Amino acid sequence: MHAGIIQNGRLNAFIFLLVFSVAILWFIRRVTSGEKLYVRPLPGLNAIDEAVGRATEMGRVVLFIPGTGDLDNIQTIAGLSILGRVAHLTARYQTPLRVPVLYPMPMAAAQETVRQAYLDEGQSDRVHPETVQYIAGDSFSYSARIGGMMVREKPAAAIYMGQFAAESLLMAEMGQVAGAIQIAGTAEPEQMPFFIAACDYTLLGEELYAADAYLSGRPSLLGSLRGQDIVKLLIVIVVIAGALSVSLGIGHDFWENILSAK
Amino acid sequence: MIVGFFLRGKQVEAVYNEGLLWQSIITGFSLVMGVVSIVRVHWRKLTARNDGAWYSAVLLLCFVVMAGFGVLQGTGRGTRYDAIFNSIQAPMMSTMFSMLAFFIASAAYRAFRARTVPSLILLVTAVIVMLGRIPMGQFISDDLPTWVNWIMTVPNVAVQRGILIGAALGGASMSLRIFVGIERTYLGQ
Repeated sequence: MHAGIIQNGRLNAFIFLLVFSVAILWFIRRVTSGEKLYVRPLPGLNAIDEAVGRATEMGRVVLFIPGTGDLDNIQTIAGLSILGRVAHLTARYQTPLRVPVLYPMPMAAAQETVRQAYLDEGQSDRVHPETVQYIAGDSFSYSARIGGMMVREKPAAAIYMGQFAAESLLMAEMGQVAGAIQIAGTAEPEQMPFFIAACDYTLLGEELYAADAYLSGRPSLLGSLRGQDIVKLLIVIVVIAGALSVSLGIGHDFWENILSAK
Repeated sequence: MIVGFFLRGKQVEAVYNEGLLWQSIITGFSLVMGVVSIVRVHWRKLTARNDGAWYSAVLLLCFVVMAGFGVLQGTGRGTRYDAIFNSIQAPMMSTMFSMLAFFIASAAYRAFRARTVPSLILLVTAVIVMLGRIPMGQFISDDLPTWVNWIMTVPNVAVQRGILIGAALGGASMSLRIFVGIERTYLGQ
């Protein structure tokens, strides 16, 4: 598809982005105006309170790992959003928190998130340099350090939220050995099976991005979940219609023109 | 970045490329923050003589040695930095990667228990795929590799695509919330 100011082959993606944005913003407006919304329970997020409580009772640390992506990765931002909620809990219950980070920019964001959470709970003096630490910028060195922390500090709760690669199973298995309750969330399809096998609770794909909306309960965030679901429904309809019509030998060129993009 | 992805024009492309360049520069300078964090944390542990203080001593020593060689002699092929990296760092990374094989086995042993119907399906499918991937599988049945190929290319790909669509929509939704300022928790607000 071709238009004057839009790049070749990207007009359909642009139109989809417009429809998607309008749907999200429309439903945000509807839910903030008072419409009630049902959100199905996510056991992994409900378990965060339980995990922090366990760490408090055992007098051990909560280890939070916001993924191995940089700050330009949306999964890292999702992880940092959840870190804010976890930091509020650890500040309230005075549970030690450790947040090892792979890149410097997420480190700065995590420090600010944790500092603000502790300030909100009136515990700003409990934030130490060890709370958020930069570990070397290599994923295997990072997972080796995490392994050392697991063995030496024996965290009671390990929460993994963000983008992960091969090191996911290394960390999760070492957490199993340390006896931590483990909650993981990632949108990487290749890593989900490892987290499902090794962790007690797992958030899959979009559940990671919905976590902040779920935990905060803010209508503006919940409305975006509804908009997302409506767009997903439209995609399902298009997929079914396209699969049926192409299987019947009708409209192959039409679907190719509509759906292909550069 | 989004405008540069969709719109034509030399000016748009120039701004897009400039943005990428600025991103690289900022990322480079942000490494300084990381270095300061590492040195501060481990120096504190070393001077306080906490448990494991000697690990911090080793780390700081290695940091000084590698940084010193890198700054004084460069990091190209044949330098001491390159030699230390290839003889110490690279084998250690390979060692960590190789542990995955053992961890996969232990995770599979724990996870593949036929407690419920879905876990039974998972166990049977995993056994079929594992047997079909090794030469011995063909001795069991000539059709095994075909079944494995079907499992990996039809239901597996279908489910992965479904997860990817959901995750992509979730990521786009979160990005939009950040753009309009609704999502600010990652800033500490």
